[in-house]
Formats: sequence, C-alpha cells, structure tokens
Amino acid sequence: MPKLTINGVELEVAPGTSVLQACEQLGVEVPRFCYHDKLSVPANCRMCLVEVEKTPKPVASCALPCGDGMIVHTDSPMVHKARKGVMEMLLINHPLDCPICDQGGECDLQDQAMGYGFDRSRYAEMKRAVKDKELGPLVKTVMTRCIHCTRCVRFADEIGGTPELGGVFRGEHMEIGTYITKALTSELSGNLIDICPVGALTNKPLAFEVRSWELQKTETIDVMDAIGCNIRVDARGGEVMRVLPRLNEDINEEWINDKTRFACDGLKRQRLDQPYVRRDGKLRPASWVEAFTMIATKLRETSPGRVAAIAGDLADCESMFALKTLMQSIGSPNMDCRQDGAEYDVTTRAAYIMNSGIAGIEQADAVLLIGTDPRHEGTMVNARIRKRWLRGGMRVGMIGAAVDLGYPYRHIGNTPQAIINLLSAVIPGREPAPSGGANPESRLVSCSKEPNGMPACAGMTKELNDFAQILQNAKKPMVIVGAGALARPDGAALQAAVFELAEKFNMIQPDWGVTSPMSGGTKSATTSSEVTPWNGFNVLQLAASRVGGIDLGFLPQANGFGLKGILDAAENGKMDLVWLLGADEIDTQKLNKSFVIYQGHHGDKGAHIADVVLPGSAYTEKSAIYVNTEGRPQMALQAVFPPGQAREDWAIIRAFSEVIGKPLLFDTLTQLRTKMIEAAPVLENIGKISVTPAQAGVPFGSLKKKENGMPAFAGMTNEPFMPVIGNFYMTDPISRASVTMAKCTAEILPLTMPEAAE
Amino acid sequence: MKIFKRIKHLFLYEIVCGFALTFYYMFKRKVTLNYPYEKGPLSPRFRGEHALRRYPNGEERCIACKLCEAICPAQAITIEAEPREDGSRRTTRYDIDMTKCIYCGLCEEACPVDAIVEGPNFEYATETHEELLYNKERLLANGDRWEAEIAANLAADARYR
Repeated sequence: MPKLTINGVELEVAPGTSVLQACEQLGVEVPRFCYHDKLSVPANCRMCLVEVEKTPKPVASCALPCGDGMIVHTDSPMVHKARKGVMEMLLINHPLDCPICDQGGECDLQDQAMGYGFDRSRYAEMKRAVKDKELGPLVKTVMTRCIHCTRCVRFADEIGGTPELGGVFRGEHMEIGTYITKALTSELSGNLIDICPVGALTNKPLAFEVRSWELQKTETIDVMDAIGCNIRVDARGGEVMRVLPRLNEDINEEWINDKTRFACDGLKRQRLDQPYVRRDGKLRPASWVEAFTMIATKLRETSPGRVAAIAGDLADCESMFALKTLMQSIGSPNMDCRQDGAEYDVTTRAAYIMNSGIAGIEQADAVLLIGTDPRHEGTMVNARIRKRWLRGGMRVGMIGAAVDLGYPYRHIGNTPQAIINLLSAVIPGREPAPSGGANPESRLVSCSKEPNGMPACAGMTKELNDFAQILQNAKKPMVIVGAGALARPDGAALQAAVFELAEKFNMIQPDWGVTSPMSGGTKSATTSSEVTPWNGFNVLQLAASRVGGIDLGFLPQANGFGLKGILDAAENGKMDLVWLLGADEIDTQKLNKSFVIYQGHHGDKGAHIADVVLPGSAYTEKSAIYVNTEGRPQMALQAVFPPGQAREDWAIIRAFSEVIGKPLLFDTLTQLRTKMIEAAPVLENIGKISVTPAQAGVPFGSLKKKENGMPAFAGMTNEPFMPVIGNFYMTDPISRASVTMAKCTAEILPLTMPEAAE
Repeated sequence: MKIFKRIKHLFLYEIVCGFALTFYYMFKRKVTLNYPYEKGPLSPRFRGEHALRRYPNGEERCIACKLCEAICPAQAITIEAEPREDGSRRTTRYDIDMTKCIYCGLCEEACPVDAIVEGPNFEYATETHEELLYNKERLLANGDRWEAEIAANLAADARYR
C-alpha cells in the first residue's frame, strides 16, 4: 500500500493506483481529456500534468502509478504553466465554433479552457481543417474539432469489440476515421458521443436541436431490454429529446446501447392520445366514458372463464398488478406476462433470473451461452462478458446460432444435443454423470427420430470435450440461457437440462443463498473470491416486464390458460374478451374472433386489431417499478406527461374497475405499491437483488422432479436454436415508431445482421 | 432689515422675479418637440425594437446558438433549430415576446455574430397583444428595414465594445 502526499495531504492507496486516481479519491480536480476510467491509459493529451518532487519535468498523472513517499503538487506555478501550455497547443487547431457546436455547454475543452486557456491566440497561421467522416446514421462528425485524445478508438476496440476506428497519418496530419468509409456497426456506438470530450462526435439525430442547458433531466430506467439500464431522460417542454446513460457499476457501468439511446424519437410518433372504439369496423375516437361503457357491457355478457389478459414487454409492475387484481375480481384465471409463449418453470425465483448478476460476470472464469445472442438480447451483459474476457483467464462457449459477439468463443453446437453431450461428457478423474438408469442419449426423445438419421451424440466432440474440461476446471463457471432456448415449446425441458448442467459442473456452489451474494453494491473480483457464494445459473430475459410479471404471478392461475391456451381458445372462438396490456408481439390474427381491448401507448399491431383502445403512458411518462433480468426492482420516474388524454396505466385499470362496480382496493400509487409489495415482497428493495430464504434452502427443487423415471428434461426436441431477435433496432412499439431506428435498420443492419436485413 | 423686507413685499419683488424668469425663457431655445414631426437625437446604443440582421450577401446571420435565449432574464426569446438543407445550423423558429422583453440589451451583447440587435426604432406600438409576439419573419423584416441605421450605430459604437 503506497503512501503518498498530494498537496500536503498524506494518503494511502491500493497498489497500482495512478496518481490521477489518487487525486480523485482526495477530491483534487485534475483536468484530463484522454483519460477515462473505463478505458486503457494512453497518456497522449498531456492535460493531467502534475509536479512530483524530485522529477525534473511535470509528469502525466494518469499514467504514473503511485509510489511510496511520492510528493505531488497539483496546484503549483509549474503545473499551471504546464497546463496553460498544453491548453494553448490544443487550441491551436481547435476551431472557434462553440456557438454552432452541439457540445457547447457540456464540453470538456470549453470548460477547461475557461480555467487554463488564454483569451487570445498567439498563433497567426492557418488552422488545420479535416474532412468530416461518415460514420452512419447515429454519430455526426466534425473532425476539425478533434483533439486526438483517441478515446473513441479505445472505446471501439475495448468496450465495443468492434475495432473500426483508428488514427491515420502522423503528427499534425493525424485523422481519426474508419479508413474505408462505412457506418459504425457497433450497437454501443452512441457512447462515442458521450466519451468524446469535444464536439467532434455528436448526436446526429439531434443535430442542432437542443442545448444542454435547456433540458430537464430525469433519472430513470430503460425498458428496451431486460437489463434495466440506468438512464437519464432529457426533456424539453414535454418532449423527450435524448437519453443518456447514468453510472451504475452493477448494471450498465456508464454505457447504454443504441436502441436505448436513440429510440426516444419513437415516443413522439404513432402515439395513442385518446380512447378509440371500433364502430362499423373502424376505430373511431371516443371518450373515456364511451370506451369504458363498451368494455363493461361486453364484460357483463361474458363468462369469467372466457376472459383473458396478456401483458406485453414494456408493462410496468404497477399496471400488471392492477390488471391481475382486476382479473381476479372478475374471476378470470387466464393471464400471462410471457408474450413470447415461454412456459418454463417459475416456482422458484432463482429459476428465471440472472442469479450471479451482471456484475457477477466479472468473477466468472467460464461462461456457457445457450440459445442466446447477448450482444443483441442484453447488450450490457455482452459488454460485461467482453470486459471479463479482456482481463484474461476466461473462456466462453456457445450452444446456439453462431453470431458475432465481439470476442472469440467456442461454438460447441447449435442444438440441444450439445447440452446432452456436455451432460454425458466423461471428464477424466470423475464418474460419468448419474444417468438414472437410462443412457443419457435416450433422454433426448426425438434424438433418434432425426429424419436425417443423425446419430444420437453426433458432432463436435473434440470442441465439446475441451469445453467440458474447461467448465470442470473453472472455479466460478456460469451458464447464461436465453429466450432462444426458453421461449421454445420445449423451454421447460431445456431449462431443466441447463439446470442439470449447472449442477454437474458445480455452477451452484453449496453455500449459495446462505448469505445473499448480491445484496447490492459491487463486489470486486479481488475480495475473497473463495468464500463468496456463487450461483452460475443465469437466465437472460428479453423484456423489461418479464421478471416483474413473473414475480407478481401474472401467470395462468388455477385451471387458467397461458398465452398459447389463450390464443388457441381465441382462435376457436372460445375466448370472448382479451385485454392486451401493451402486448404487440403476439400472433394477433388469432384474436380476430375475440373482443380485444388494447391498453398501451403506441398504435402498433395490438391496437390495429383492438375493438377498444385505451391510451396508456410510455416508460418516460410514469413512475413505475421494473424488475430487470437480475431480479433487481428499479424505479422509473416520470420525465414528461403522457400526450392528450392518455393516462397512467394503473389509473386506467383502477378507473375501469369502478365502472364495473368492483373497485380495486387502492386509490393512489402509494396504496397500490403497498399492496403490491405485500403480494410480492421481493419488489420492496428498490435497486437491490433479494434472494428469499425459500430459494436459498432448496434452489430449483422443482426443476429436479422426475416423471415416470425420466428426468425433467426429457421431452427436449433436437431443433436447432434460432436467434430470437431478427432486427435489433426494432423490437418493441417504441423503436418500431422511431425514425432513427428505421435509418439504422436500413443502413447498419445489412452490415451486422445480413440475414435479418433481407 | 425689517424695512427692506416690507418694501420688497410692497413692490411684489418675488412676483416680478418670477415673471422675469418666465420672460427670460421666452427667448431661450425651445426644448419641446413637435413629436410626430420632430424627433430627438438617439444614442448609437439606444435599445429599441429588435431585429435579426443578415450578411451583405443576404444570408441570415443567426446560427441558432441560443445564447440570447439562455441569457434573456425575462425569458422572452424562444428558439428552435435544426439543420437546414445545406447542412448549416439555422433556426426554424425565433420568437420574441416583446411584451415580456425588458429591453436590457443582453441578447445583443450575447450574440456572437451580431444577429439579434436592438435597433433605433421605438415606434411600434400596437393595438393588440398578439401583434407584439414577434416571429422570425417579422424580426428579419425589421432587420432588412433598419439595416442602414443599425450598421451605422454598430460602427459608431464598435470602438467601445
């Protein structure tokens, strides 16, 4: 532990800390451009110069590790002179165009020039001019402003895993660019805008439209995927202008993906701003009273067993709870929040959440991905895996469609066969897996019935055995299973098989759950990695509403239908009234014979077939709880008001319950939350992951049950895993309504997901 | 001394002095103006009606930096901007609520391109409130009409800025 003195204050820091970080710990401000605490240290801007006693020259503090007995000054005349000199050099070629620069007002160079700049220039020569680069529909460039800090280059290399940017030429002629003109393909490219300390890379869809000082900032939660990224919504006069990431080391660090950042223009288009009812085959504007009366009349003629509710991907916990309570008061058992049709086991919470947490990936030393494409299904999970992979000592395996993840992985199969093979892999020095009397191959029901006559345990045995060995030797192995596996008809069997795999490779370590591994706060990988309880069974959910919906039990009740049952019954004319809570990604054709109520914020697929449309609010327009794939409840706050007559979703359901004479037992959001937390106590600890004692005792008890002497995973079919996200840029009603996302679909998608673009 | 005072009173001394002053001013230069036909001199720094100026080639000066909007203490200015077809940064909306404006002149001080100025015109009274909600078109028209005077004023004051 080196001890050093900074500006006369003595301080002890962890070994390897740089002087700049030590200054930060002390609250001493050191100006910097190229240093970024999530990126590597190139020390090329020279702005962070400090004076260290017994060194002849000022030193770049970002690249200087703290040494014992160092005496550092950050405020001496020498430091000031050095910084003034550096600033003057940086400003030689920087254009004086702050008034037309979108970074103006939030620009590091502008701020620091106020502190260290001179009010006139000694440079009489012509300034450098650089041709702007074309980086696609999201990032606008004004390369003349670039100060060559190379943050963008390092970000693309290190975090994005898409080494597309670089510096060409030398000295004054240096230019940052893609060399061959093409759009950036990274799904994290929007973060380049945030990390650029000057106005060289700016937000293209928002070019010239806003100034940072005229925006109202609301700290809230993203719902474009199940990660629950922490975001800040910047609004101006009731209009969401932009979305920025917020630091949360446990979830998204300080990045967000492009859909989260740029889909916000979809919040202004295709909005439902007043109720509609279908008359003479066309949806016509109506009043709330008319809409409610129409539903109530229909509801009165319908028996409760023929009423159903489906919650969509963007539904918040409050509205799902309200709708569930409403359905119960009507007496209907038919509801489902898994609109992808998944029917996996949800009896224990640990079976459907990401147990090791996103931050937990940093502790893992082997990761097996099953039926998931984390880059597009949960970008922050992929970024974390990449971060862990960069540090070295971790291997990644993949069972599923081979996709580009931005880091190398071993592709050990794309069918459930590979899971069976892994389960039956014989690891030297270990008994073969207990097979319960049956040969592992025989568990795969359709395995031998393969039409092409594929042998039961065919394929990639070498790769597979290698990876089995890796998993076996790993101290903290983890498996991430995605919707590509769980949303299949045989999802429950696959879930059980993956659980079996987790047990076989010691992914759930015995003391897991005894002390909660993730009671909030980051655990650094260095602290007591031996004793930290570890549960490497992870489910990567796709939708922001999913874990919350399952937690609340928005699932088929006793004798009720799930999604598939509801849709089939509706197709056969046996489901008379279906309430869609923002559910658009279902086969709406099957609902043609039913009376459909669509409650949501966008005129998408669901609203088109609806008989009554109730305008709800989008995630920026309500205060609501969402639970992310880690099982972490987070509170979204209201940034703007819903448009027109649209209302908060829970309030709509509450108001409707009054109309049918069965008022729900809450009048305010606070009362609703109290009732909701009574029903699902895990939602109480906002921002924290809670593991209930029941889970701690018998995790996954239900997954181990055997039927007819067969393990729970009998019944898997050998269909290959398919990608579940065709077009990353358009997965929900908001992004489908976004112009920016449409541009990305046209320009970036053909480069990254050629098969989806066709 | 009492006797002098009595004599002054007797001969209405104060009143004579008063009339003398009045009489004196009858021969002085008149300070009143026959207003609509005569006008007083204005300083080059006079802060009258706002105008948006153009460059000599007809290009509007305003670049939508929004500094005037930010500095306006009465929040009388509203600006919206987006890239013009040629990619340059221009306003799509530039409104000044002249009834909110307090004529402090901070907008013209903040402007980096001398686009928004307070010209010498002070005769723009209207009968309705709405007529005093100026939009970009109106401000540019003002600029075109007053450009000669505004340019002369700016030139006269340039050395003090």
